[in-house]
Amino acid sequence: MSLYDWLLFLHVLSAFLVVAGLTALWGLIIATRPSAPMVAADEAQRFGRIAGPIVGLGMGGTILLGIALAIDSDAYHPWDGWIIAALVLWFVAGGAGGQAGKTFERDPIGGRSAGIRYQAINSLGILAILVLMIWKPGA
Amino acid sequence: MSVLAAIRGSSVNFPLFLHVFGAMLLVGALLTVVIAIAVSWRRGWASAGLTRLGLWAVPLGVIPAYVLMRIGAQWTESREKLPKPVVDSTWLAIGYVTADAGAVVILIATVIAIFGLRKLRSGRAAGLAGAAGALSGLLLAAYVVTIWAMSTKPD
Repeated sequence: MSLYDWLLFLHVLSAFLVVAGLTALWGLIIATRPSAPMVAADEAQRFGRIAGPIVGLGMGGTILLGIALAIDSDAYHPWDGWIIAALVLWFVAGGAGGQAGKTFERDPIGGRSAGIRYQAINSLGILAILVLMIWKPGA
Repeated sequence: MSVLAAIRGSSVNFPLFLHVFGAMLLVGALLTVVIAIAVSWRRGWASAGLTRLGLWAVPLGVIPAYVLMRIGAQWTESREKLPKPVVDSTWLAIGYVTADAGAVVILIATVIAIFGLRKLRSGRAAGLAGAAGALSGLLLAAYVVTIWAMSTKPD
């Protein structure tokens, strides 16, 4: 396997970690809805303390390996429009994801609505990045 | 070979998006099962809520995500009109094997999860939950190999 293959595999794996972690966190949000909670608060925190860092690990991997890929590849460059757009979305999504984690950790009940809003921004940003990665507009 | 496979028309993008997004959701649903059941197991199955979350995630998360991933895969392949060397390639074979064998494992895990949810009411679901979690962990490992094959496209 070439360096490019390794970078690509780990970049894609990181992206899977991001969406997988977010999926798990959305599952937790559904399972802790106030109208019919399935999971108790302390159980939810234990679950969140595993799924949250998985998203963080994936976010770190996608950006570091993504930039390395863009530098290593002859076909793409870090200054391509679709890559710059993905970087901007990554920072927006990452900021919102960080806020979501802090909000849920600080006050899982009172901060639930705000936490869900931050998580929705994070998830929409990630979805938009996935669209850019598939369509590669301008490439 | 990977260059051949990487060349694609714009009509492939949407089916490919559904395939990749479905695969990501599938890994996410499996991860939900594994985390929930592993945490519950670590606490001596005292977290009935997490066991329930893990068991519900199989029929309500894993199966819909698998269907989305599989429909996206077939749709992508039908649009791409792949050349013979790509059709016979190792990476595509790995994808088919893990998808089709995965479907069988998912069905078994679903039956186990549904029985587990029934038994949970009487507090005797530990074995079934453990089995569903172990099968989900096995699938996660297989899908990491699939992600490697799909991204690096070995001949």
